[in-house]
Amino acid sequence: MSQSFDEISAQLRRRHRKSARLKWVSMGALGLAGLFLVLFFADMLVKGLPAFQQAQIQVQVDYSERAAELPLAAVQEDVRPLVSRGYLRLIPGRMEDNPELLGTTRMEWVMADAEVDQYLKGHHTRLSANQQAVVDRLKADGRAELRFNTTFFTSGDSKMPELSGIASAAMGTVMTLLVTLAVSFPIGVMTAVYLEEFAPDNRFTQLIEININNLAAIPSILFGLLGLAIFINFFGVPRSSPLVGGLTLALMTLPVIIISTRTALRSVPDAIRHAAFGVGCSRWQVVRDHVLPLALPGIMTGSIIGLAQAMGETAPLIIVGMVAFIPDVTASFSDAATVLPAQIFTWAGEPERAFVEKTSGGILVLLAVLITLNATAVVLRKKFERRW
Amino acid sequence: MTGHSAGEPVTRNEQANHELSVRVRDLNLWYGETQALRDINIDVYQKNITALIGPSGCGKSTFLRCLNRMNDLIPSVRIAGLVEMDSRDVNEAKMDEVALRRRVGMVFQKPNPFPKSIYDNIAYAPRMHDLVSRKADTDELVERSLRDAGLWEEVKDKLQEPGTSLSGGQQQRLCIARAIAVQPDVILMDEPTSALDPISTATIEDLMDKLKQQFTIITVTHNMQQAARVADYTAFFHLGELVEYNDTQTMFSNPATKKAEDYITGRYG
Amino acid sequence: MQTNQLLALFCGTLLVLGLIAFFLGRAKAAKVRAGGASMYAQPDQYAWFSVLSTAGPAIAVGVVGALAMLLLGTAISPLYLLAASLVVGCAGLAAGIRLVRPDFHARQAIERVIRFFLAGAALISIFTTFGILISIVGEAIRFFQMQSFWDFITGTTWNPGASFLAAAGRAEEGASAAQFGSVPLFAGTFMITAIAMLVAIPVGLLSAIYMAEFAPARVRTLAKPVLEVLAGIPTVVYGFFAAITVAPFIVDVAGFFGLEASFNNALAPGVVMGIMIIPFISSLSDDVINSVPDSMRQGSLALGMTKAETIRDVVVPAALPGIISASLLAVSRALGETMIVVMAAGMRPNLTANPLEDMTTVTVRIVAALTGDQEFASAETLSAFALGLVLFVVTLSLNLVSVIMIRRFREKYRINNL
Repeated sequence: MSQSFDEISAQLRRRHRKSARLKWVSMGALGLAGLFLVLFFADMLVKGLPAFQQAQIQVQVDYSERAAELPLAAVQEDVRPLVSRGYLRLIPGRMEDNPELLGTTRMEWVMADAEVDQYLKGHHTRLSANQQAVVDRLKADGRAELRFNTTFFTSGDSKMPELSGIASAAMGTVMTLLVTLAVSFPIGVMTAVYLEEFAPDNRFTQLIEININNLAAIPSILFGLLGLAIFINFFGVPRSSPLVGGLTLALMTLPVIIISTRTALRSVPDAIRHAAFGVGCSRWQVVRDHVLPLALPGIMTGSIIGLAQAMGETAPLIIVGMVAFIPDVTASFSDAATVLPAQIFTWAGEPERAFVEKTSGGILVLLAVLITLNATAVVLRKKFERRW
Repeated sequence: MTGHSAGEPVTRNEQANHELSVRVRDLNLWYGETQALRDINIDVYQKNITALIGPSGCGKSTFLRCLNRMNDLIPSVRIAGLVEMDSRDVNEAKMDEVALRRRVGMVFQKPNPFPKSIYDNIAYAPRMHDLVSRKADTDELVERSLRDAGLWEEVKDKLQEPGTSLSGGQQQRLCIARAIAVQPDVILMDEPTSALDPISTATIEDLMDKLKQQFTIITVTHNMQQAARVADYTAFFHLGELVEYNDTQTMFSNPATKKAEDYITGRYG
Repeated sequence: MQTNQLLALFCGTLLVLGLIAFFLGRAKAAKVRAGGASMYAQPDQYAWFSVLSTAGPAIAVGVVGALAMLLLGTAISPLYLLAASLVVGCAGLAAGIRLVRPDFHARQAIERVIRFFLAGAALISIFTTFGILISIVGEAIRFFQMQSFWDFITGTTWNPGASFLAAAGRAEEGASAAQFGSVPLFAGTFMITAIAMLVAIPVGLLSAIYMAEFAPARVRTLAKPVLEVLAGIPTVVYGFFAAITVAPFIVDVAGFFGLEASFNNALAPGVVMGIMIIPFISSLSDDVINSVPDSMRQGSLALGMTKAETIRDVVVPAALPGIISASLLAVSRALGETMIVVMAAGMRPNLTANPLEDMTTVTVRIVAALTGDQEFASAETLSAFALGLVLFVVTLSLNLVSVIMIRRFREKYRINNL
């Protein structure tokens, strides 16, 4: 006779405890992953949000003859180290542009030095005790405050933290991604159309398929080596240019676009193809007029995701030289440029404390754009998702 | 229905054993808003084969899964009523469904051997339940279960090969061997031969006939000839209701209800 | 004339020729049709065919000429090339218009051309792989002509510092000869990869188990995209996080236990890389666990197994090929990861088993070799390609094994959505 329920239940107690343990441990693992994410974003926000503010101080600017020669003389000695050198350097130029300034003395809000900025934000600073006292006095008089940092969005890279911004890198990113998209989108869609709609199922087609899956998993830095050896050294594409960066990223983005386009094409039911063939369309007409329009949302989603990936990519761009120091915003495909992730990389290597803030600020901008792109892709997919 | 109280068969099969195994009273089951079982009353007797027949979607498989609480795996299911085994309501809060399933084994429609060797497919559960610990005991249990399932001669030389390497009929017998290795009281079979060829089906039917010496078998079948061949008692389900529960011979020769007669004579189904 | 101007001229003339071809072709087809002949294709299709027959040969001549100049160094005057391609274009135009006849299958001709173009696009991916292979192998061979292959594979000292002197023909002045023993680089790479896997595999797999087996549907639909965010964060950002936040934290914790840790310790990039890789493992494992047939779980539960026993002894073993495949992909990813280690790991080749020390990796040295102001032909620059070759071979093999395993799994359960 077999055991009673109670006997079995008693034996099972230990096993049930173990079972519950797996549930809690696995839930903890997921929680841990989530915790990483929260910690990471919190850390970036705490470090990066101050970058969107910049200290300004109100000082007396003396547009004297001497200041035209020696800009340092334009402000009084006690506040001189507190004013951004970048601002002082502009004074002679402004006096040339506006001759009526000569000989006047004005109270002006000017950009403060990065050290003042750090001091006002409560970070470690290299200001001397005296200088700190001056800043405290200015602050008490309402002559020093943190304002929204427009420079961060309008200027290019600089050796002075308070003058550096992401504008040139953002422009470089736009130019590079334009090249990437212009190359990888048509080739990717054409490849996918060929493989899904035209190609015979033979060895060669299988080879292409395996190859595409493989390309998707090759380390990105190897694409950089390809860009260096083939595009720059062989074809003579200018180093550091958005052209070479874009081409390199295009080859990396290609598999993403091909794979997502194929999925989109495959989700178009055969009934539609058969119907179109039935009214006498040729294969290309079927694809162009019926299949592609239906697959378009899926293709767009995949392309956006591929573009977002390319946008965050750094390693291959370093290899092709896109870590240049670019102080001015230029829109050219062949001149040296940098991109946002590369700018982040450059700033991360700067020793000044103020650059940590700039780096984190740049990261926040990059993450915001990436999240927007990915959210767009998700919305697009949700909106056009169709069940046949 | 006259001459018998709720849950008892209309006509008694005098050759059958009549010790009670499972007593079901006023069992109702809902999938979300849809009611799948209505007021089921049935007494299942020990060491018999009870066949559940009826058209697709009539609730026979759902009913079978109430007996070992496999319906717990579906979140939207709600159950009311009594399913009693060994004087205990299997649905009561303190009933451990794992303990219940140890006493109520199950064989599924499609053979589902584990991704393990033939030997481990059988030894796995008894080892976990501490039924065996020494190697010699385990070997003996594996051999006995495979012999009881009529598979020993075919697999004794390849016990370490994966269970999936067997043919469909062999896999199903492996699953039966796996179920009897834990020595349950009841074995539920959910259309155990529907995925098999006629020869494998015949083998399994013979096997069921042997196994009823040791176990209470409740089987769902689509195949009325099979019910007629192997079962002692047959229950006919229709639209979630138990229409008729009767001695198999009477059920197929002289059913008490019109619906059962229509179904058996093939008027619908 | 400048190349740009020549190109503009070429494009402009071609555009005009194309327009002429289009309208001539359509007009002729319309005329033939108006004459009562029944044609195989629409007038527009004849028009497009004329355009193709004009532009196609012209562009082909231009491209072949340009490639000949670039590859073979043949001195062709760009002006002659321009003229030649335009003449060919005109000839193509004439031929195209001549072919506008009722018995000519313009539509089929266009289809053939389109098919040809599509197949050509598909070839680009093959060219990319070959491009990577050729560029790496070519330079790597140059490297091995300078340095012994055996020393590269077995040497334990990586000291390329003196190689630029050798490249400048001043080898004798260098204090010591450059050494390219890659063992410490690979040791560092494997150490950091191993740390990453120690983080990613347990967390990823357990998360997948929770999502697939325990979590309510609502948690699952929320958790999956949230985890994917981890995979979408750019590696340069992870690198910064590892260097600025995690590494100092590890130094502090190690200090608390009386251990000394370098600020470039291997643990920080390893752990952060592991976090990055979690979604690769969890996402694929979740898919694989979900595709294990439910009948397996039921079979186990029906024998009186608890849920955890079912998962551990039945579901996970059944899903194992897929899980291993996911892990191999993750390893390949970790080996090739660059930015995290460039920013957070050390530059010093260091053969040690202590993860708190600084050590360097293959990818760090590749970047270091190619971002300095080295002569391209110097052994140090070329060593990047030798390292790249090894990286390529290793990741390629891992990917292939992974693909084969997932294919086996798919065949076993006849699943097509993986």
